[in-house]
Amino acid sequence: MNNKTKQFTKTFLKNVLSWIISIIMLVPLALIVVNAFKPDSEALTLSLTLPKVWTFDNFAVVVEKGKLLRSFLNSFLYAGSATLITILLGSMAAYVFSRRRGRKETLVYMYMVLGIVIPINYVALMKVMQVTHLNNKAIGIILLYTAMQLPFTVFLLYGFVSKVPVELDEAAVIDGCGPFRLFFRIVMPMMRSSMVTAGVLCFLNTWNEFVMPLYFLNSSEKWPMTLAVYNFFGQYEKSWNLICADILLTCLPVIILYLVCQKYIVGGQTAGAVKG
Amino acid sequence: MKKAKIYPWYFAAGALLIYTLLAVVPGIVGIGYSFTDWSAYSKELHFVGFKNFQQVFSADQDYLKYIMNTLVFTAVTTIFKTGLGLLFAVVLCSNIKLKNFHRGVMYLPSVLSILIIGLVFGSILNPKNGFLNSILRSVGLGALAQKWLVDPKIAFGSVMAVDIWRGTGYIMTMLIVGILAIPSVYYEAASVDGATGFQKFIHITLPMLRQTLAVTIVLNVLYGLKVFDIVYALTNGGPGHVTEVMYTAVFKQFSQGLYALGTTISSVMFIFMVVIGYFMIKILTRDEVIE
Repeated sequence: MNNKTKQFTKTFLKNVLSWIISIIMLVPLALIVVNAFKPDSEALTLSLTLPKVWTFDNFAVVVEKGKLLRSFLNSFLYAGSATLITILLGSMAAYVFSRRRGRKETLVYMYMVLGIVIPINYVALMKVMQVTHLNNKAIGIILLYTAMQLPFTVFLLYGFVSKVPVELDEAAVIDGCGPFRLFFRIVMPMMRSSMVTAGVLCFLNTWNEFVMPLYFLNSSEKWPMTLAVYNFFGQYEKSWNLICADILLTCLPVIILYLVCQKYIVGGQTAGAVKG
Repeated sequence: MKKAKIYPWYFAAGALLIYTLLAVVPGIVGIGYSFTDWSAYSKELHFVGFKNFQQVFSADQDYLKYIMNTLVFTAVTTIFKTGLGLLFAVVLCSNIKLKNFHRGVMYLPSVLSILIIGLVFGSILNPKNGFLNSILRSVGLGALAQKWLVDPKIAFGSVMAVDIWRGTGYIMTMLIVGILAIPSVYYEAASVDGATGFQKFIHITLPMLRQTLAVTIVLNVLYGLKVFDIVYALTNGGPGHVTEVMYTAVFKQFSQGLYALGTTISSVMFIFMVVIGYFMIKILTRDEVIE
């Protein structure tokens, strides 16, 4: 019986601990949600009291004043295009490295994965962007994001493509399949779920990024949502109801993506971590 | 089968080209520029030898302090995120209610923009009317209220604490998957032999998690050395320069037009990280090497 009480206390404490952690995690998020619905007079600071009057006006105001639609479309363009290009080029590269697996290929693979480690030299990058005429252009930001996301994507997909059986390739080649048909029709469909994982992670990272547009896009008309929030914060420093509404709308796409794709995201975190 | 024909190199060409041009070339060009007096104020470039490097490593300048700060940030956040992540992972793998809810909530901060987290915590930690101090005062712990991001003594600690808040869930998630991959027979056998929960943790969980832990630590260290967003959003290196890290220092030189110094600090980081990166990559890709 003593043992049973001990077990019960242990489980009880674990539950309590879990709740404490979850609450600590949720409080800042709750602050954003609650304050996004408050009228001006109640939101001079962030506080966790429920609004006395619930109002939806804040959202209309920020969409109009913060030009949210435009920055939403910018974000979508940058993150979406970068994700598509990264996944396409990344999966093709990972496939070649993993299938050939010679000394040279392993070296090139390592060179690519080294990108996870090396820091970006932003100062010299500005020079490169100017010389290649990519500065201040949407395509420049998209290619920059692609370059930043490629190393981890290749690393992730390399592990997955290795698990697609080579026998498939052999059978296809004997049947007269060329390299393009072999990859796009046979291997790629087999990697679909891992490509979704890599794609979701890539989209989350690029959606949240703000340093590249800050330094490599000269006009606020081209800014993505994260940066637009920052700009908005500068203008309406005391109106936390508006800032929170802006933040909420900015985070909503990634939170929805997270809730829908939780399974894929967790799968991605583990690729490098667990064997087999 | 001819591998070269079925798996042609040009499949990898696009990825290699973009990565090389926009990630590697700036790093190497940057090393070249760090031997010049490149700035926004002069059109001409002059070779100045190791002058910039001398400045970065000189004792009269603050750069060594920023390097120290970066290393402290890396060490502290890595230790806390790994330690807390491991504790939470073990708890959330045991028989508690609403496991998946707690796991989901823990991971949530990792999907939010760091810039936004910085904005929100900037308000929460406001000394006068911030949420944290208000709560402390209202429960009678007003003595614990601090000028979190303003007091030079604790500002850096506050920045690190926010980063630990943000990053622990990510580490925890990786560790949970690692723990779930451990075959349950090990635990059953240990139970039969009368092992306590703690003994099981020390002799089964920890050794089996070695590879996962190595990967999480590598990712944490890499993140810490390159940290920028969270510091920029919370304090931008202030008050004074007490929370300045290498990347915020780079950006300050950059925006002041002192390109040569900015690129020199970047190059120091670049060379340092390529060297340690070799070992880090070895750890990250260890599985595949064995296979």
